Amino acid sequence: MSLLSLKTLSLQIGGTPVLQGIDLDMAQGQITAITGESGSGKSMTALAIMGLLPQGAELQGQILLDGTDIVQTPEPDLCQMRGNAMGMVFQEPMTALNPVQTIGAQVAETIRVHEHVTKAEAHARAATMLDRVGLKVAPTRYPHELSGGQRQRVVIAMAIAMRPKLLIADEPTTALDVTTQARILDLLQGLVDEFGMGLLLITHDLAVVADVADRIAVMQHGRIVEQGPTSDLLRVMRHPYTRALFAASTHAVDLPAVQQDAPLLAVRNVVRDYPTKRVSLLGPRPTFRALDNVSLTVNRAERVGLVGESGCGKSTLTRAILGLEPVQGGQITLDGAPVLQGDLALRRKMQVVFQDPYGSFNPRHRVDRLITEPFHLLQSPPKGAARDKAIAKALTDVGLPTDAADRYIHEFSGGQRQRLAIARALIVEPDLIIFDEAVSALDVSVRAQVLDLIADICRKRPLAYLFISHDLSVVRSITDRVLVMQAGKIVESGLTETVFADPQHPYTQSLIAAAPQLPELAHAADAL
Amino acid sequence: MIRFALGRLASLTASLIVASIVIFAVVEVIPGDPAAFMLGVNARPDTIAALRAEMGLDEPMVTRYAAWVGGMVQGDFGMSWTYKTPVATLVADRIWVSLPLAIYALALSTLVAFPAGIYAASRRGGAGDTAIMGATQLGVAIPNFWFAMILVLIFAINLRWFSAGGFPGWADPFAAIKALTLPAIALALPQAAILARVMRSSLLDMLGEDFMRTARAKGLTRRQALWRHALRNALIPVLTIIGLQFSFLLAGAIIIEQVFFLPGLGRLIFQAISARDLIVVESVVMLLVFTVIMVNFIVDLTYAAVDPRLRARA
Repeated sequence: MSLLSLKTLSLQIGGTPVLQGIDLDMAQGQITAITGESGSGKSMTALAIMGLLPQGAELQGQILLDGTDIVQTPEPDLCQMRGNAMGMVFQEPMTALNPVQTIGAQVAETIRVHEHVTKAEAHARAATMLDRVGLKVAPTRYPHELSGGQRQRVVIAMAIAMRPKLLIADEPTTALDVTTQARILDLLQGLVDEFGMGLLLITHDLAVVADVADRIAVMQHGRIVEQGPTSDLLRVMRHPYTRALFAASTHAVDLPAVQQDAPLLAVRNVVRDYPTKRVSLLGPRPTFRALDNVSLTVNRAERVGLVGESGCGKSTLTRAILGLEPVQGGQITLDGAPVLQGDLALRRKMQVVFQDPYGSFNPRHRVDRLITEPFHLLQSPPKGAARDKAIAKALTDVGLPTDAADRYIHEFSGGQRQRLAIARALIVEPDLIIFDEAVSALDVSVRAQVLDLIADICRKRPLAYLFISHDLSVVRSITDRVLVMQAGKIVESGLTETVFADPQHPYTQSLIAAAPQLPELAHAADAL
Repeated sequence: MIRFALGRLASLTASLIVASIVIFAVVEVIPGDPAAFMLGVNARPDTIAALRAEMGLDEPMVTRYAAWVGGMVQGDFGMSWTYKTPVATLVADRIWVSLPLAIYALALSTLVAFPAGIYAASRRGGAGDTAIMGATQLGVAIPNFWFAMILVLIFAINLRWFSAGGFPGWADPFAAIKALTLPAIALALPQAAILARVMRSSLLDMLGEDFMRTARAKGLTRRQALWRHALRNALIPVLTIIGLQFSFLLAGAIIIEQVFFLPGLGRLIFQAISARDLIVVESVVMLLVFTVIMVNFIVDLTYAAVDPRLRARA
């Protein structure tokens, strides 16, 4: 008998269909992955299994966990099953833990809710569990003292403390760096082997799926469009959506070749120190060196990538280049002129596109006003018909209809908003654009479109950019040259293909090794 | 934690020093000649000179400030001009009304607000929530002196359960508490209404947090998750409001003190200001500043006890 079996499961929330006729079987000791793009119903499937759906949710069909139908189980019994028969790990480790309780107490709570044991015994078992998930800090620590990867280990320890038969992990590594992701995936695989539990892994990352899952189910618009054993599914890919999804995630853009050696942006020995907590009342404040003698050059019309893990100084470097923060040493020049705070003429020559397509627009302004924001950098900004023309051109350039100008930002999807962010950057015709994790929040298919758009713009006009990302495969496809950053230093740089094919620095090697890759057979399939 | 407390203590001392300088400047320096100000425009020059001598106004400013601060540290707040009694005695008499009244009102408002806020948050959008939110709306809107008079009308005049005003002293604790009950209720009503709303919204914020979902995934019931995980996290804004309310209650109860004829600190300041008794005003204001700063210090320590992140940030 299978461990978990969903039979014609349908879900409406407030009358809107979210899941439609889901059928899924998973066995003990196996990793089943559900994949698909945002809004496909992956997370809702997980929450339905946990019985934690939001209010107003109506479920039809069956969710059989070891023969018990969760749909029909009353809430008090569900409480006994959660954490005991089934555990769940969430995406965002930074907020998944209660900030005012020690990690040991939070793991012990899972045990104390389900078993009548003494506090001391629960804490002892919690400590063992924290040890098992590879956490090397004392259980008396608080969540804010831990890194994201460490917190995710705590969440996992909480979920498996009662050794549940089913563990659901909803995007457990999406918020983590690649090397941390590799370790957490290792841990989860090890736990599946050791405890013989079933792992339902929900992720949008097809490389992760291909790497660890025994079975794959692909979801689209609340339905499972295709499922099967990983190797079969990757080989055959019956459904066009599956093929499209894999094709998009290995999408290679077609960058035009550009040969120009005139330097545009030059960063020379830049140092950025942040003051940290005082250790004594008098005496100098200690500092943290976020940028340590960083030097780099971006030539005209050159596409440069910058990769590194969180905390390596990528964002600090971005802010320094944009002249948003002072530096403690070195010099940054754009087109020969030093970048200073408040230099509008210089600011026009470089624009930035940020990661969050939701937070980087004022929701109360119309699109025409939003994308013309950089006009204040111009001596004589276009007015009237000229302004309308500029807006229309910027929108057309990013593949949006010109009537978008009259609408508000909430009417656009994430991908469209990122197009608008690019339009806003392009409208003053800058020489350099900084893409700060600009496609990281997008689904693979949308991401592929935005990357194509960037390549397209490069074909139309010479554009140099600095593309900052933690996603190695994206950087590989969209840049000519790449810089690898670790702990405030640039440890390796070179032509993108050379660096990826033959990394020299041990850190670059570990990054590339940790990044999960789609197997070759997937490439073969999308060539069909 | 000790580091945190010491840090707060240092900033508390600094605040006290700054406050004392400001008060001294406002009361003794800015008016020009405080003695002339106290005696009014019709005073004879020799009376003013006598008062100047008595107040030590002929000394240099720094010496006067040092004498004032030095006196307060030793418990000597000077001699009231109008009452001809030491300010310390005046304050001591009244603090035994104002402090118990403030604590009483705060206890009542907390006792009402916590359950009301928690209940409303746990049944968001339900009939109970709507009823409680409606009641708090009313509680915020009703002026407390009007409410005080209604209380007097019902419980003192009609039912004769309580006296309509006055304070019998602490010789009979039961009678004293009884005398403070109606004023405390009148003071507590708007405070409880505000506190309940803060409690509710703070809890609702917490209920939407990711760690609440984690708690539910562990097998906690909705109720357990609320009590064990949401409540402590929701306390920070609530504590802030409680601190502010206590400071207000101590000296801001003047209208209620008037309605119930209570000899409290609010009335003392009011009378001292009307009588231009700068010595009393100066010292009582300083005393109130001291209390407010102490209350904030205690609130800060409670924050740190509640939230480990604040301990680290000392």
